[in-house]
Formats: sequence, structure tokens, C-alpha cells
Amino acid sequence: MSTYSPKTTGSPGPTEETLDIRDLGFWLYLMTDAIIFSLLFATYVVMFQNTATGPLPIDVFDIKHVFAETMFLLFSSVTFGFASLASVREHKSQAVFWLIVTIVLGLGFISLEVIEFVGMIESGAGPQTSGFLTAFFTLVGTHGAHVSLGMIGIMVMIFQILIKGLTSPVKSRLHRLGMFWHFLDIVWIGIFSIVYMPGWLI
Amino acid sequence: MKHFISKPFITGITLLGLLLVLVGCGLQTSPVADPKGPIAILERDLLYTAFFIMLIVVIPVYFMVFWFIWRYRAKGGTGEYKPDWHKSSIIEVVVWSIPAAIIITLGYLVWTYSYKLDPYKKIATPENTINVQVVAQDWKWLFIYPELGIASVNELAFPVDKAISLQLTSDTVMNSFLIPALGGQIYAMAGMTSQLNLQANETGRFRGRNTQYSGDGFSMQFFDAVAMTQEEFDEWVANAKSQPKPLSTVTYGQLAQPTIGHDVEYFSWVKLGLYEEILKKYARRPETTLRRHPPATTQPACEGDTPC
Amino acid sequence: MLGRLGFDSLPFYSAVAFSGASVTVLGGLVVFLLVTYFGKWRYFWNEWLTSLDHKRIGIMYIALALVMLVRGFVDALMMRSQQAIALNNDGYLAPEHFDQVFSSHGTIMIFFMAMPFLTGLINIVVPQQLGARDVAFPFMNSISLWLTASGAALVMVSLVIGKFSTAGWTGYPPYSGAEYSPGVGVDYWIWALLVSGVGSTMTGINFVVTIIKCRAPKMRLMQMPLFTWTTLCTSLLMSFAFPALTVVAAMLGLDRILGFHFFTNDAGGNMMNYANLIWIWGHPEVYILILPAFGVFSEVTATFSQKRLFGYRSLVYATAVITILSFTVWLHHFFTMGSSPNVNAVFGIATMIIAVPTGVKIFDWVFTMYKGRIIFHPAMLFTIGFLITFVLGGVSGVLLAIPPADFLMHNSTFLVAHFHNVLIPGAVFGYFAGFQYWFPKATGFTLDRAWGVRTFWFWIIGFYLAFMPLYALGFMGMSRRMERYEMAEWQPFLILAAVGALSVLIGIFCQGMQLYVSIRDREKNKDITGDPYNARTLEWQTSSPPAEYNFAKVPDVQDIDAFWDMKQRGVAYAPAQDYEDIHLPRNTGIGVFLGGLGFLIGFAVTWYIWWLVALGFLGVLACLITRSSQDHTYEIIPAAEIEAHEKARIKALEAHKPTPGDFWS
Repeated sequence: MSTYSPKTTGSPGPTEETLDIRDLGFWLYLMTDAIIFSLLFATYVVMFQNTATGPLPIDVFDIKHVFAETMFLLFSSVTFGFASLASVREHKSQAVFWLIVTIVLGLGFISLEVIEFVGMIESGAGPQTSGFLTAFFTLVGTHGAHVSLGMIGIMVMIFQILIKGLTSPVKSRLHRLGMFWHFLDIVWIGIFSIVYMPGWLI
Repeated sequence: MKHFISKPFITGITLLGLLLVLVGCGLQTSPVADPKGPIAILERDLLYTAFFIMLIVVIPVYFMVFWFIWRYRAKGGTGEYKPDWHKSSIIEVVVWSIPAAIIITLGYLVWTYSYKLDPYKKIATPENTINVQVVAQDWKWLFIYPELGIASVNELAFPVDKAISLQLTSDTVMNSFLIPALGGQIYAMAGMTSQLNLQANETGRFRGRNTQYSGDGFSMQFFDAVAMTQEEFDEWVANAKSQPKPLSTVTYGQLAQPTIGHDVEYFSWVKLGLYEEILKKYARRPETTLRRHPPATTQPACEGDTPC
Repeated sequence: MLGRLGFDSLPFYSAVAFSGASVTVLGGLVVFLLVTYFGKWRYFWNEWLTSLDHKRIGIMYIALALVMLVRGFVDALMMRSQQAIALNNDGYLAPEHFDQVFSSHGTIMIFFMAMPFLTGLINIVVPQQLGARDVAFPFMNSISLWLTASGAALVMVSLVIGKFSTAGWTGYPPYSGAEYSPGVGVDYWIWALLVSGVGSTMTGINFVVTIIKCRAPKMRLMQMPLFTWTTLCTSLLMSFAFPALTVVAAMLGLDRILGFHFFTNDAGGNMMNYANLIWIWGHPEVYILILPAFGVFSEVTATFSQKRLFGYRSLVYATAVITILSFTVWLHHFFTMGSSPNVNAVFGIATMIIAVPTGVKIFDWVFTMYKGRIIFHPAMLFTIGFLITFVLGGVSGVLLAIPPADFLMHNSTFLVAHFHNVLIPGAVFGYFAGFQYWFPKATGFTLDRAWGVRTFWFWIIGFYLAFMPLYALGFMGMSRRMERYEMAEWQPFLILAAVGALSVLIGIFCQGMQLYVSIRDREKNKDITGDPYNARTLEWQTSSPPAEYNFAKVPDVQDIDAFWDMKQRGVAYAPAQDYEDIHLPRNTGIGVFLGGLGFLIGFAVTWYIWWLVALGFLGVLACLITRSSQDHTYEIIPAAEIEAHEKARIKALEAHKPTPGDFWS
């Protein structure tokens, strides 16, 4: 078979239309990720009473700690919003500044989460202890892994802004990363109200 | 057209005919087509009813396919050629409504029979029921008769005029319990009790097996369900009681070791609450929360994905 | 350093395992040496492996599917021959080996035969049917391909190093858990699914966006060809169902590797959750496999009945209804788990409702043939074979949807017969029909007809011989997955089924012959017009094989059968007034690297080689960051170049004088 392969020239970037298409694709990706989280939530709801010989939810959750985590994450969403606004107004240095603040807040969130996990595991409440803890660590851990990936993404974007400037592909990437970051915030609100809240109330 | 009605076509039709004859012969005496218990009879009749109702739409499809490909074949077809004809409200209404009507009928059957043939539903009064606790092991079935205090492996005996009410669990991976001639099938899962109620109409030995793949000995994990007269059953019980081996925690532990093609075995005595002990081994929730529920034996067991 | 990997992982413990491994290794070696001998590595790398052209990616998908079809079929042949002889004896396959065979048969046929086959057809055809020049995300398309290929490679490698899963293609715990299946088999299975599943999710997203955003500007949704419609529905199902598979496979992996308790017997695990999660993916998956085939049947029936498709609207609505309902029926896979009668009944009835739109589709195809002029092209033969065979599968499906009837038939060979009766005509025949139908479009020459007809007859006769006995055996109480049995009356039926498998073997041989003969005679069978069947949809407007950019000018769509309508108006091959530069994505090897890394990670986790896992993930991160920092990923085809090529094509067409339908009249 002989496909006609034409000679080509130049190396242009994506058109505005392509960038628009990428947004729709990213929305769909977020929906697939939402399905992953909803199934992890469902699993948690099915399993949170299966404590076997391990501790109950009320024994392992610390309200103050989780409140601090929540604050870090919520404010990081706000600061990412500022970064997005700055990028729309073509303020390169402001955008970078707010992205750095977002990373710092994200790091705060992740380190609090790591402290929580390590504390639980040391007190004998690791994921191998019971069905409840398995479901808990998997759900919250998956969210944490997403946040960590998001922070790597933010770092990449900081470098791209510094090197390439706020070109239209860069802005479009930043826009999608923002959607991802806010999405993780929404998931966290779900975790807070389905995992932690009933844990204290019951 | 030469290719279409050529040798392979004729060979194909002949082979298909032979096949149908063979299938028919095999079916007539099969446990599903020739069941030995009231539950299985109802289940089979339901199967046949649904099948015949569906023929209402299947036969016209066959008829039309063969008629159309003959009449409208490109070479030699005599039918009218209307290349732009693509719409007909009448046909649309018919092809949507007839299948829909059939499904509504079948849906009604599904709803009523799902209740009627619920495996958890008791089919006789307590005095006319034999209770058996069934434990799936690698790769055999243990039957405990709690009221009689005996147990057997790979043989489920019961008097023909009584219903059997089974409570099932597993001391290994998930198993599925089926006696095709008596109908009904239910999973046996560790830490949970499921139920199955069956009855036989006539005496005989009926093959039962685990149908859920469970490892090396799976193919050999079958047993006989033996429906017998009351006298024979009394004898069977007496024979079991005279066996040297009791089923204690220790002998149970030995029995639970994986074996392939385990012989029929009887136990003269069964430790009280052994079945509950097996269940408790896999308890999902702590004792304190368990106590709020009725004891495992009388529990309506697990429904769907509700954990217990 | 090498985790659990050692010399005892090599298959020197049994003759059967060793021969399987040798065939795999030798096959790989022969391909490697041939490519090296002919010095084609550079060509393959530049023109194929790194290609982002959807048509080439599609061809690679189908090549993968055909290879895996042979592998999966060898498994089927082994099972059939074992069961034919294993009355009260162990046959020639030990239980542990037989269990690997049925597990890999199911896994391969679903994930590495059917999925790549349908994805390949979609890739080749859908952008052309839309009048588009490429898919929405060409690079992601390449990643999907290579992740699927690396999943397939993991299954193949399990033949040579270690063993495959024995837990069946659905891998039910607790049997598939670490306690009862301690080896590497289930890990291979999990990672093959995880890696290829991510690829399928991306394919789904890709084609949803392609169909929504990249249609020719004038094409309305209700003007899209049926194959495109079914692709849209399948892609939606892929995007929303495959995450469930990812979740459930990852959970099982966590149970096995880190000692979690999702599905274990003890410590609060709940295997019923597994059954739910896997079938929340698994049932939509059935429709993922079948819907594209339905699309193929719609195209083929209209083309070879030389008539407009009957009931376009009905077919579209039926497809949409099936798509939605497919998410509401998963519980029918475990009616015997002890759900209450109302739960069982609701899911039973929901399942039956799917029979209504499916029945409507059957009638629509039948009425498309009505008042047509039917040409018995092999693709049409497969379609007719589908119509008469699939109806039976539908009937047995409705029977199984009645919970009390399912109690008798669950896990029996009746069930095995049912799903093969649905998937072989409903999916495989559809892919074969598509293969026969679109082959000239992808390659530029038509397939040999006689060998195609033979293929059809041996497949369909083989199908009936192999699976009708299994229906009967279900009535006789035979369970699936039995490596030996004690009931003498089963044996004649099993021998018959083995004969059926042999017939299918001859069918596959005919397919090989068809390919060989057609490639040999490719000059004679050249498709000069690009429209060998006088067909109706836009993909036939392009040349065969199409230029890299498909359409020099975006087509002007005014009808459902857009190309047919253009031919009627006499504008199908009209030269354009002016041509413009076309931007197309530049080839990249990153997709291949990501696939390779996926394989490496899967392999390393399976064998507990943790440093390699870390290295693999770092590599993935590096690839993604590199790609996301690239802006200039396109190249330009200058207008002059296009104009020259298109004018040459029109000249050739005029010289050939395409009279509609001359190929088959």
C-alpha cells in the first residue's frame, strides 16, 4: 500500500480552535476522575462500619487537624483563582507569585495529611487493619495523590510562564490546571462531609 | 448467488438439523428439562413460557430475513426495487410496540415469580422442614444437621416428603450451590449466611455441585442430594450416628484442609454452634455491633451488597 | 534486586507451558529478524510506530487485534479439546494450566482482540465519516494505542516469564486475593487491565470530543452516519465505564500487594462490593463491544442493499436508549448472590427492556433489505449471519434475565453459550464485516471475495457446532470452567463442540489465506476510485488509501447519506476553486515511550521490582512534562502541494470513468 505522504513545512502551534477542543476534552477527563472518586466514596460508605477488630472512625479522626487541612486547601483554591485572574490580565509576575503561594498552601495540606496518616499507622490504625481503614486510606490517599500531581503541574506551569511567557498555549494549560485544582477542592468537600463529619457525629 | 446456495450452505443446513436432533435428545432427560422438585418445575416452566412468548417476535424475524434475502437478491431477485424508501410510521409503531408488549408481559412474570421463587422463602411448615447448614470448603461440601446433631460430607440426604431449608456459608472462597434437578442456586460466601429452600417430589439421587470456579479441585467438587423415604432416612441418620468420628473443632480443622474428590463421610456428633463459629471467623464488625443484630443463624442474611 | 523474579519463573516445569513460551518467543524473534533483514526499522519507526495519523493508528490497532485473535483462539481450541477427552481423566491439561487458559482466553478476547479491533475500525473510519482531517487529540490517540499494546504484551509475557491468572476474566475475589492466588498470575492480569484500561478511557474521551467538535461544519448530529452515532455512544460508555474498571483493579491490586482489605474474607473485606464494581464496568463493556458492530451492520446493510437505511431515527434513538440502560442492569450478573426479590426483579426487568431497542434495530436492518437489491459481499454475509444468530443470543439473554430461570442456568455452559452467542455474531461478525468492508479504504485494494465467503461459512458453521451443544449441556447441569467431568452423557456434546472449534480454525485459516491472496493480487484489485461499492457515506469520497489530510476541502454535507447525495448532485469529485494550507500534527515517539513505560511498570509491580517501578513512574512524568512543554507540535502541508495532488487524483478518476457500482455488478 502506498499512502500519499505530502512534503511538509513549518512547525506552527495549536490554533485557538484546538485549544477550545482541549477544554472540552479536559472536562470529560474530570468527569472520568469524578467517577473514580464517586466509586471510592461508595466503597467507603459500604465499608466504614467494617471495623473488624480495629478502631472505629471516632477513635481515629481529629477534628482540629482536618479543619486545618481544609483551610489550607480552600485557600489554595482562592490563590489559584488569583493566579488565573493575573494570567488573564497578562500579569506575568503576579501570576507566578500566586502560583507559588498556591504551592506553599498545597504543601501545607499535604504535610498535614502525611502527619495524619503516619500518626494513624503508628497507632496501629493502618490500612491493613480493617475494611474501614482500607477504604479510608484509599479514598483520602487518592485525593492526596491528585493534589501532589497538581502541585507538580503548578511547578511546571511556573517554569513555562517564566520561560515562554503568557502565550496562548501556556494560558490555556494554566486554565485547565485551574479546573483540576478546583475540582480537587470539591472532592475534598465531599471527603470532609462524607468521611470526617459522620465520623464525629456517629 | 453461486456462492450463496453452494455446497457449504447445504452441508451447513444438514449439520444444523443433525445438531438440533441431538440437542433435543439430550435435553429431554436433562435435570433442568426433567426436574424432580416443585421449585425446579416452576423454574423450568417459567423458562419455557418466556421462550415461547419470545417466539412471537423471533419467528417473523427469521421468516422475513430469509424471504427478503431471496426476494431482493441483486442477481435474479424479483422484488420491487425502491432505493429511497426508508420510512414507514406503521412499521415503526409495530416494531417498537410488539417487543415492548412482550417485555411488559415478561416483566410481569419476572416480578411475580421473583417473589414466588425467592430462594429465601420457606416452602413448608417448620415441622415439615429439615434444616441443614451447608459449609463450602476446598473442595467439598459439609452438611450439618443441627437438629439431629450429625453431619455429612458430599452427601445431602433428606426425606422426600419434607422440604429442606439450607443455610449456606463458605470457609474458603466464594462458592455457588446448585442442584439442577431440584432448582435454585445461591452463592456461599465467608462470614455471611445465604439461604435456599428446596424440595423433591420423588426419591432419587441428584447431582449437585459448586458452579463458581474455586481452584484446582473445582471440577471434582460435586455431591449427591439423596431424596429417600422416611424409613430410609431414619436408617441413614442411625448409620451416621454410629460412625466413629465426631465433628469437633479439631476434626473440623482437619476436614477444612483442601482435598480433591473427597469421599462421602459421616460424623456422629457435631459441636454445638460450630456453624456460627465458622461464620464468626470472618466477622466484619466487632462483637459489640454484632450483638445489636439478631444472631447470625436467624438473620435474613445478606441482601445484594449490603454488608452484614 | 529482581524481586520475585528468578530462574524458576521460566516455563521449564511443563511441556505445554514450554511450547507456549517457545512459540511466543520464536514468533517475536522471527518478526524482529525479518524487520532487521529487510532494514525496515527506520521505516517502521518513522512512518508507523510514531505516527499520529488516525488511519495508521487504526491499522496498527487491527493488526494487534488479529494477532491476539489467533492467541485467544488457540486458548479456545485447547479448552475444547481438553473437554472433549477429559471424561473421568485429567486430559492433557493439568487443572492449573486449564485455569490459566480460560482466564487468558476471556481476558484476551475482550481486552486485546475486541477492544483494539473496534477501536481500530473507529479510528480508520469515524474522522472520515465526519469530514474531519484528524481526531481531536492525535497524540492521546497514540498513547491509547501503545497502552493497549503494552497491556497485550503483559499478557503475552506471562506465557514466558511466570504464569497467568487462574481466576477467570472477571477475577472474582477472594479467590483472586493474595491468600488463595499467591503467584504472579493475577498481578499480570490486573496490570494488563489497568494499563490498557487507561488507554480505553482516553480513546473514549478522544472520540466523544472528535464527534462533538470536529464534524464538517454543516453536519448536524442527526445527519451523522450510524457508525459515527454508535461510536459516540460507545465512546461515552468507555469514558464513564472504564474508570470503574480502573478503580476495581487498583483495589484488588492494593489487597494483593499492600495487604489491604477491600475484598478479603477477613478483617472486614467485602467481596460483594467487587462483584458490583466490576459489573458496573462489565455490563456497559458488553455494549461498548456491540454498539460499534451495530454501526457497521447499519452501514453494510444500506450499502449492499443498495438502498437508504430504514428507520434512521429509530436506530439512533435505540442506540441512545441502550447506552443509558446499559448502566442500570449490572446486578443481573449475580442474581444468585441473595438479593431480595424486589431488587432482583427490578434489575431483571431493566435488563429485558434493553431487548426492545435491540429488537427494533434488528427490524430496521431487515426492512433496509426490504425492496433493496442485495449483494452478497462477505461483509453482507456476516451481517445476515449476525441477524439470524444474534436473535438466538437475545432470546437466551432474556431467559437469563428472569431471576428464577437464572438460578437454574447461572454459571452453567448455557451462560457460556449465551454470551458467545451474543458476542460472536454481535461483535466479532460486526468487526469482520467492517474489516471486509473498509479494507480497501485503509489499504487501497479490495479483499479476495472467494476466501471471504469461505471464511464466513466456516465461522458460522463452527459457531453453531461449538455453542449449540453448550446450551444443551447447560440444561444437563454442566458448569463452566470444568477441566474434567464425571458425567458420561456430556461427552458427545463436548466432542461436537470441539468439532465446531476446528471449523472456526479453518475459518481463521481462510482469513489468513484471504489476506495473503489479496496482498499478492493487490495490483489487480486496486481500488482506483476510492468508492468500490458505490457507497453512501463520506469516507468513500476520499481516495483509497486517503491522503494524510483526508479531505483537501471540508465537504459540504446536506444529507444523512452525504456522499450519496453529492454523487446525485454531481459534485462528489468537483475540484475546488482554491486550496489552503493544512495543519497536521507532527509524529512523535512519546506515545511509544509511554506505552513502553506502562509495560515496564506493570511488569515491575508484578514481580515486586520496586526500583524499576519508581523509575517507570519518573519516566512517565518526564514524558508528560516534555510533551506539555512543547508548543510547536504541528506541521503545514502547503496549498500548492495539495492542489497538485488533488488535480492528479481527479485526472486519474476521469481516466477511469467510475461508473457507480461497477465493482459488483
